Amino acid sequence: MILDWVGLGYLFSAIFFILGLKRLGHPRTAPQGNQLGALGMLVAVLTTIAEMQVFHGIQGAILIVGALLVGGTIGYIVAVKVEMTSMPEMVALFNGFGGAASALVAFSESWQFIENPTIPIPTGLSLYVLVIATGLSGFVGWMTLSGSLLAMLKLKGGIEIFGQWIRTPTWGPTWLNPIKILLVLSVFFLVAMSIEAPTNSDYIIGILILSSILGLLLVLPIGGADMPVVVSLLNSLSGIAAAFTGFIILNSVLIIAGSLVGASGLVLTLIMCKAMNRNLYDVLFKSFGGDELEELLTRTKVGSEPEEVAMILDGAQKVIIVPGYGMAVSQCQHQVKEFADLLVQKYGTEIKYAIHPVAGRMPGHMNVLLAEANVPYEQLIEMDDINPEMPEADLALVIGANDTCNPAGRGDEGPLAGMPIIDVDLAQTIVVVKRSLAVGYAGVDNDLFYLDKTLMLFGDGKQMITDLNSAIKDA
Amino acid sequence: MTTELLIGSISLLVIAIFLGVELITKVPPTLHTPLMSGANAISGISIVGALIGANVSYEGGNTATSGVLACIALVLAMINVVGGFAVTRRMLNMIAGKKKDKS
Repeated sequence: MILDWVGLGYLFSAIFFILGLKRLGHPRTAPQGNQLGALGMLVAVLTTIAEMQVFHGIQGAILIVGALLVGGTIGYIVAVKVEMTSMPEMVALFNGFGGAASALVAFSESWQFIENPTIPIPTGLSLYVLVIATGLSGFVGWMTLSGSLLAMLKLKGGIEIFGQWIRTPTWGPTWLNPIKILLVLSVFFLVAMSIEAPTNSDYIIGILILSSILGLLLVLPIGGADMPVVVSLLNSLSGIAAAFTGFIILNSVLIIAGSLVGASGLVLTLIMCKAMNRNLYDVLFKSFGGDELEELLTRTKVGSEPEEVAMILDGAQKVIIVPGYGMAVSQCQHQVKEFADLLVQKYGTEIKYAIHPVAGRMPGHMNVLLAEANVPYEQLIEMDDINPEMPEADLALVIGANDTCNPAGRGDEGPLAGMPIIDVDLAQTIVVVKRSLAVGYAGVDNDLFYLDKTLMLFGDGKQMITDLNSAIKDA
Repeated sequence: MTTELLIGSISLLVIAIFLGVELITKVPPTLHTPLMSGANAISGISIVGALIGANVSYEGGNTATSGVLACIALVLAMINVVGGFAVTRRMLNMIAGKKKDKS
């Protein structure tokens, strides 16, 4: 009976997590959901510390408090300082850390038996549970870490080493799939062997190495456009790793919170796949993109001038703005808002924003950026609702979007086949602000740019929209 | 470890999985990233495991490496938890700011 209050503390924590997750799924209650999640975490940590103090006495309190302070400070500073554009990478990185934490707890747990032979090794059922749980927790945790780190680099597009920009590779021949299965089986084999010899460090390190390789191989073949799905899947995995860790120390809150995240993360992954008209199996095991199509570009297009666009805008009744990752990179959402305001003031134009579900690098990326620039919510229209209006638009302004409005999405072939797109090509006139004709994230050339009714404004988004705004003022 | 305890733990796992599936039904695309980020912060619950691990290692004595590993786990989990909730809050604040304009 003496342990009851610990169990109760964890129960409250689990209830907060459940309510938090539920509320995070609805726009009005989402901020509250996040707070409930944080509250649940606080209750769980305080309960654990109290339990340690009362029943064991806290050993190495300075180290523990120090670790909490260091981690908390780093996490907070990074989260507050990070640019809105790098948010997706941050989520991937944090997720990797979560997986690593679970794996390290498992590693530490097995290592103490190796380090100190006087600690009695459990026998019978306890031994089975301990070894299988540490093995699987390590397996999923290390895989989450290596996969998340690679996903982060892929979201960034590359890495700078000694001042040289190296593009993250995308590589995945089909013969890689049997190798992945072989790796999984090898890890299971190592876990099984560990039951016979729980203090054999070779097995533990073997699991670490094989799982890390598996994580890399899993993410390596996946093209950039599908990266949000992969990050979401890795998020689900980090939850599963935490649940396995719960079995090592037989802790109810770890098991509940871990499996909640594991299951809801998987459901969210499937929802995202559906939004992109993708099938999870295809994303994971059929390699997309990566072919270096950039050299194959033979077509050219003469760039237009902001003045020319300003003239067309004089008299336009309806303008649809289609933002993409380029807007996020050049941080020109405020200029875009100014552009919209100018048109409304000067010509009474009707302005709408077409939001593709995966525009940018993460779902909701554009909504966040435009909200920052105080764009009214009702002007942001989701893809399915804006597409029927597209033919009525006198002008569609595409800012740094490419794959999400590539007509190749309607075709049957290529990496973009079947991906839902914004029907920009149906608008009366199209203006595309883009740095060059280079291919998008999926590595596919875009026919939209070569249409006769398309005007290209080559340049940085911020510069171009600023120029365009002054051209409108002068017109 | 008793069989009852193991079965109890497995029951928790299975019920939580079913609950997790039911919790997430229709989520508007705007909330996909914040939801992912918030769930990610919750998966930092392994911080509890790291805390217990760090303490047990010191109790056991003579287990310096295990203690260090658990402390590293503690730092990483804390980054995951604090960073995760803070990032989610930042994202939601922007969306919420937009909501206020509407009313």
